[in-house]
Amino acid sequence: MLSGLLDGIFSGISLGSVLLLAALGLAIVFGLMGVINMAHGELMMLGAYTTYMVQNALKGTPLFGIYIFIALIAAFIVTAIFGLVLERGVIRYLYGRPLETLLATWGVSLILQQLVRSVSWQLVTIVALFCLLFFGAMWIVARRTDFERARGWFLTIMIPLSAAAAIATGNVLGTLYKPAFTKLWFDARNVDVTAPKWLRGGFPIAGTQFSYARIFIIVLTIACVVGVYWFLNNTSWGLRIRSVTQNRTMSACLGIPTKKVDALTFALGSGLAGLAGCAVSLLGSVGPNTGQNYIVDTFMVVVVGGVGKLAGSIIAALAIGTANYLIGSNTLVDLTAPIKPLSDTFAFFSTISMAKVLVFALIIAFLQFRPGGLFPQKGRTVDA
Amino acid sequence: MILAHRSLEAGSLQLEIKLVDALIQSKPKARQRLLLEAGIVAAIALLLLFVIPPILVGSGQGFRVNLLGRYLALAIAALGIDLIWGFTGILSLGHGVFFALGGYSLAMFLLLQLPDGQLPDFFSPYGVTELPWLWQPFYSLPFTLFAIVFIPTIVAAILGYLVFRNRIRGVYFSILTQAALIVFFNFFNGQQKLINGTNGLKTDTATIFGQTVSSPPIQAFLYTLTILLLVGGYALSRWLTSGRSGRLLVAVRDDEARMRFSGYDPTMFKVLVFAISAGLAGIAGALYTVQSGIITPQAMNIAFSIEMVIWVAVGGRATIVGAILGTLIVNFAKSILSEQYAQIWYFFQGGLFLIVVTVLPGGILGWLREDGVRLVRSQINKRRPLQTYPSLEEDPDVQYERKNLTNRESDR
Repeated sequence: MLSGLLDGIFSGISLGSVLLLAALGLAIVFGLMGVINMAHGELMMLGAYTTYMVQNALKGTPLFGIYIFIALIAAFIVTAIFGLVLERGVIRYLYGRPLETLLATWGVSLILQQLVRSVSWQLVTIVALFCLLFFGAMWIVARRTDFERARGWFLTIMIPLSAAAAIATGNVLGTLYKPAFTKLWFDARNVDVTAPKWLRGGFPIAGTQFSYARIFIIVLTIACVVGVYWFLNNTSWGLRIRSVTQNRTMSACLGIPTKKVDALTFALGSGLAGLAGCAVSLLGSVGPNTGQNYIVDTFMVVVVGGVGKLAGSIIAALAIGTANYLIGSNTLVDLTAPIKPLSDTFAFFSTISMAKVLVFALIIAFLQFRPGGLFPQKGRTVDA
Repeated sequence: MILAHRSLEAGSLQLEIKLVDALIQSKPKARQRLLLEAGIVAAIALLLLFVIPPILVGSGQGFRVNLLGRYLALAIAALGIDLIWGFTGILSLGHGVFFALGGYSLAMFLLLQLPDGQLPDFFSPYGVTELPWLWQPFYSLPFTLFAIVFIPTIVAAILGYLVFRNRIRGVYFSILTQAALIVFFNFFNGQQKLINGTNGLKTDTATIFGQTVSSPPIQAFLYTLTILLLVGGYALSRWLTSGRSGRLLVAVRDDEARMRFSGYDPTMFKVLVFAISAGLAGIAGALYTVQSGIITPQAMNIAFSIEMVIWVAVGGRATIVGAILGTLIVNFAKSILSEQYAQIWYFFQGGLFLIVVTVLPGGILGWLREDGVRLVRSQINKRRPLQTYPSLEEDPDVQYERKNLTNRESDR
């Protein structure tokens, strides 16, 4: 029974640490900009795929033993750049409209999922060529002083023109170099990341197997939390982020570049999603839908934790992870066996999917007492 | 702060002007317009009933009649989304739950149309020999009809009350509804012995009035029923959004705090409109189920519920016709595009979300009403209509200020 409980707590914490890693970036971005990024799960997925690609690239080289660290860095950089593009390209036009942002980022997540399924050199060429033509032309034309007036015409002419040119070139190249050029990179199938040798297996304590991969994830999560905490509290940009989170207008008045802060924070949050994706890839195979499995739980962490403090996210993630595992496994059923009705109730909820039902009910009940989460942001506005 | 205040004033000014407009319109004229609208609606309904199906069948596209029926059923759900999102500004990502509840209710009734003592087929592999208590009430038709509308309504009212009571709103509410969706999805998926889990309930082989549900007469009847209920839903939405109640809904969207300070209780309005929209989704779910022949927990996946929002967004927020129009356009685009290129559809759909939110926030109807009218007017050199005064609207300085200095992110 003790080993069962130990096992339950360990698994719960490791589940919670994955959630925390995923929720960390989301919570920071949500706290700062009030924006829920529905594509966060897909950014995780991109991180996982980056890990897969790094693993394939380093296979057979002496670096393979430590590829996971290289993959972590690569995943962070790739997703951070992607987040930056997303913020600059879409989200910055939608500040102050959180619901619209939610829909727009959902659109981005759909595109990303399909992108992973159908990415090939052909598609990459088409997109790159389109961007080159369109933004190149924009760069040239935008120097004219009367650009604002001709903007509508420019868009209606240049978008179809560059799209047609890019697609035509892509198709011609596709037929010329048929198999290599049009071959899909990943396909719709799931891909597997094999952990390096020193991460496989685990060590037993009191009859429970502690897997190294899960311990690695817990350590990674702790490192990330400490890193983010240090960044927010000890650097000048961290100070600016905290300041804008507390009061955007006042910060802007005091000369803090809020737009830069927004972009930087979004990139940071996306990069953290990439790290989470890297961690997730160690737990199982990775597919285009991987992100979807984590996203709702991650949102719940943000809702329960509140946006005021990092500690809220930590406690919420660990609580939700542990509760999910304890209810979903049979641990609680065994523990409460002496009390028959209680044990029967837990037995009814003791599958992974039914555990979510009970956890959601608990969250709703919790929000009746603390609508703003564990650590709500303090303020004097009417709706706080 | 000053700017924010000014924009608030402009908003209230517009509201007052609309009020004055409403007063100026004399009663007989309003009645005339109402009659005209009813006439147009009736004409379109008759067109859908008697003209479109023969044309489609004649051109060899007979299966599209069934699709049209399904999409018209979805349009009923879109009306509900428009009520809460378009008018009241509450974004629910969990309407799949209510849709599925309605669908399951009707499916359970249809599956029970068996000789006495028999159980629906799917029970036998699970070794269930006795009808679960959950199924018992669905022997009766009146209860089923009641359940289709009111089970979703009651679930929504309870959930809505628990959430709105605490002034949880905006993005938080959206996320919570999405979590509720996942919870119901998991629950329905997991209960094999109760409702056949992942496989769902098949209704197309069930019999009613001595005929299978998928037979042409029954389907024709369902098509007619869908159109009638859609017209009913349209009338309900129009009634709710016109007059005082409509202004209250918009007030919740635009400035809830101000509404509360004026002595109204937004919670009850929000619960009410959320419950009504859930009821509409329930009806839509039931009609969609019998026309597509199956209901599975997939009706509660995340994507489907968000798609409902995009139907409304494409047609035009806060325009009731827009919800119906958007549903038909998006769904037919989906069925035609994914027949040809399955991959493109996802890119297209993702792009649709982005475009509707960034470039076309008013949707198709919003664009027609604002920019389309302006475009036509500028072509024939007429002055554009003014909402306030010429001295305000035609002063370039004022316009520059309005365009560039309001709604900046630092004003939030």
